[in-house]
Amino acid sequence: MGRYVIRRLLQMVPVFIGTTFLIFVMVYALGDPVAAMFGDRAPDPATAAQIRHDLYLDHPLPLQYLHYMGQIFTGNFGKAATGQPVTELMGTAFPVTLRLTIVAFAIEAIAGIGLGLLAGLRRGRFADSGVLAFTLLVVAIPTFVTGYLLQYFVGVKWGLANPAVADGAPFSDLILPGVVLAGVSLAYVARLTRTSVAENSRADYLRTAVAKGLPRRRVVTVHLLRNSLIPVVTFLGTDIGGLMAGAVVTERIFNIHGVGYQLYQGILRQNPPTVVGFVTILVLIFLAANLLVDLLYAVLDPRIRYA
Amino acid sequence: MPDMTDSQSLVDAVPTTAAGPVDPSQQREKARSLWSDAWHDLSRKPLFYISALVIVFLVVIAIWPSLIASGDPLACDLSKSQMGPTSGHPFGFDTQGCDVYTRVVYGARASVSVGMFSTLGVTVLGSLLGGLAGYFGGWWDAILSRISDIFFGIPILLGGVVFLSVIKGGSVTTVSLFMILLGWPQIARIARGAVITAKQQDYVQAARALGAGHTRLMLRHIAPNALAPVIVVATIALGTYISLEATLSYLGVGLKPPAVSWGIDISAASEQINNAPHMLLWPAGALSVTVLAFILLGDAVRDALDPKLR
Amino acid sequence: MTVIDETAGALAPAAPAAPLLDVRDLHVEFRTRDGVAKAVNGVNYSVNAGETLAVLGESGSGKSVTAQAIMGILDMPPGRITSGEILFHGKDMLTMSGEERRKIRGRKIAMIFQDALSALNPVLSVGYQLGEMFRVHQGMSRKQAKLKAIELMDRVRIPAAKERVNDYPHQFSGGMRQRIMIAMALALEPDLIIADEPTTALDVTVQAQVMDLLAELQREFTMGLILITHDLGVVADVADKIAVMYAGRIVETAPVHEIYRRPAHPYTKGLLQSIPRLDRKGQELYAIKGLPPNLTRIPSGCAFNPRCPMAQDVCRTDVPVLHQVGPGRGSACHFWKETLGD
Repeated sequence: MGRYVIRRLLQMVPVFIGTTFLIFVMVYALGDPVAAMFGDRAPDPATAAQIRHDLYLDHPLPLQYLHYMGQIFTGNFGKAATGQPVTELMGTAFPVTLRLTIVAFAIEAIAGIGLGLLAGLRRGRFADSGVLAFTLLVVAIPTFVTGYLLQYFVGVKWGLANPAVADGAPFSDLILPGVVLAGVSLAYVARLTRTSVAENSRADYLRTAVAKGLPRRRVVTVHLLRNSLIPVVTFLGTDIGGLMAGAVVTERIFNIHGVGYQLYQGILRQNPPTVVGFVTILVLIFLAANLLVDLLYAVLDPRIRYA
Repeated sequence: MPDMTDSQSLVDAVPTTAAGPVDPSQQREKARSLWSDAWHDLSRKPLFYISALVIVFLVVIAIWPSLIASGDPLACDLSKSQMGPTSGHPFGFDTQGCDVYTRVVYGARASVSVGMFSTLGVTVLGSLLGGLAGYFGGWWDAILSRISDIFFGIPILLGGVVFLSVIKGGSVTTVSLFMILLGWPQIARIARGAVITAKQQDYVQAARALGAGHTRLMLRHIAPNALAPVIVVATIALGTYISLEATLSYLGVGLKPPAVSWGIDISAASEQINNAPHMLLWPAGALSVTVLAFILLGDAVRDALDPKLR
Repeated sequence: MTVIDETAGALAPAAPAAPLLDVRDLHVEFRTRDGVAKAVNGVNYSVNAGETLAVLGESGSGKSVTAQAIMGILDMPPGRITSGEILFHGKDMLTMSGEERRKIRGRKIAMIFQDALSALNPVLSVGYQLGEMFRVHQGMSRKQAKLKAIELMDRVRIPAAKERVNDYPHQFSGGMRQRIMIAMALALEPDLIIADEPTTALDVTVQAQVMDLLAELQREFTMGLILITHDLGVVADVADKIAVMYAGRIVETAPVHEIYRRPAHPYTKGLLQSIPRLDRKGQELYAIKGLPPNLTRIPSGCAFNPRCPMAQDVCRTDVPVLHQVGPGRGSACHFWKETLGD
């Protein structure tokens, strides 16, 4: 087990470097951060050169990247367009998005697995068709459309929830945005669970469990669900990153000042330190979640643990 | 026969047509191939016909929008801003006073083109790279796997926002190119797995033992069998790309006005949802139906091609 | 225990000498995309305590489907029991409630499956899966159950049971895994064990060991045993009587040694002749011509007629009944006398 963890950790290093480098190249090499600072005005060449030098932009790209990563590891993410240090923005934005992500993740996992299990156990019957139709609709209607519709109906027309989420709002205010953010993933989880449950319910070992005279509840929870959840856990883990990225849309709809909002501002104002900084952290979270999934996977499936 | 126990219905919840004793002679009588079997399955599904019909209709409209819309999507009259439906303008007008119906019809072109181009590019690039990696293995496979890991490290929406905002694109070409850039590893993984599975099949080993060359092995024996999962994923992905294009346009980094796109119109309408919901309803409905059609088609094809689910 | 049972049996007027298990005129169908497959078409057999019945037949003969119907683990749908009775201790299990049925499963009737690797849950330790029997049926604690599991593993002679109780199925060899299956079936000392091809998935050298173990434990607990197999070689040593199935019917029943000496059905005869034998070395091996019938289109008359060397017109029109051909012997052949005779 220990060796397995170390191996996974080592495999993650090149992925982290590659991913952050890719983002770095996109922002710094494809764009022109200095010109962006001046907006439509043409910058004075001397000033531009000075800024370039200050920002370490007059070096070859790989060196710039190394310099940038060195800065990041000492906790210096540069300054945002407003002049605030990026770390300060992160300090306020990440807790907000983290809360939203936790709410969305809980909704996704509980509702997704529940619906998937229901459909998988009743395959071919009404409940199954209902769940399938629901998931298809959820996947087909883009998040920003469902977002506005839910905000309009639940938030504005029926007044059941706050249509906008203020800073420091209670968790209950995050339920509606959480549902919107979780929507598509929830549908995927439900479908994945359904397929997995349906496949496993045909497995020989499940027949054995029934032949042992186990009560149905035990057959389902101990034997069927546990085995069926292995692929679902993988998806859930990798989806944490997706949820935080998806917050770009959800936070815009509900006017939440989290990571998505800051990232969006950074892009609008073409501020590379904000964009690269936030994305780097997101990638780190994404990779950490993947590692967690791998470990969980090994716990759930002994065939991997002893391989 | 009364129902016996509830735990039985659990085991039986799945229609396993082959659960009964399968008679070998039966299989010999009707030599069914995967594809003819799949077609047999598909031809009996109404959802398949409906989604295929919707898609054909969309493609036709994307090529010749003037067939069903006589107006000009860019001819707008501010005096009609946010007006409801009138005769000749069944969907009403948007904030700019443009005819919503005409814009919805013309919007199909952007969505369908981005979807088609992206899927085509992703499928060709992904199955080529993934297929070769799966077939030859070794260092080529190792490098490709690492590279696709890197691309998987970037959530596609995040990557889209960063990439498209930097290159200041906004055309169908740039959006499609971006999707190909970030989308190919998905197909590559599927193709790689499918090729590895196919490669290990006994008949492929036999063909190899009989001295079949690489090209022949790949084209005649492996490709036809590895194709099914790629087609399924690609069909469903097409729907996702259309949805993604709309989302990127909504965020202001995808297509940009004066381009006509459902995403742009939905974005504009979303700010006015309290005043003029019809502006949101029509493009959003068109977008959803389009995405749904592709997902349904992909679903039907997958069910038909996956013998395990029969 | 047995003493009490006997007195109870003697006092109860309804079941003086009721067999342990009595299957009566069982019919099972499957709905497939090619039509209704008639898998079991009127099967009758019975098993007494301490007795071993071998059910013999090709795949698709309905032998496993019958067993699944007895066990109550038939896939329904597409399967359907259209008629018949399955009497266990004289009581029809097909009319019992689901809960009554469940309490019989594992406790009174247990099953051993063919492929232990797929029949054991891959993500639970064997100790857990064995202990589950005691925890569910006898309400033991986790700890007690584990001790019982070790005891069981010792009993089926798995070396170092104490160390291996927490291992997972994939860590055992094929023979050891099948021993675990046997242990699981034996756990609650059931009255009847159904073994569905218990040795088919094993190496030949291991087959005999597992079969011997099973026979030994059966004697020790005086259980009834239904041994389902397609291998005539396996049954000779362990079975008391044999039922040969073809196309969902029993075509011949007989005490085990009789059938080897003088088969009374052409199908049984063909099966026996197709076993390679040392004394016929060099001669061409006999094979029954043709293929097993398609169960959605079973031939009229005797289902075996298209493949039978003795078939006459009557075989194509009339379904043969099971003729009494000797003490405890039956043959569903119009020409059983001729078959026995030559």
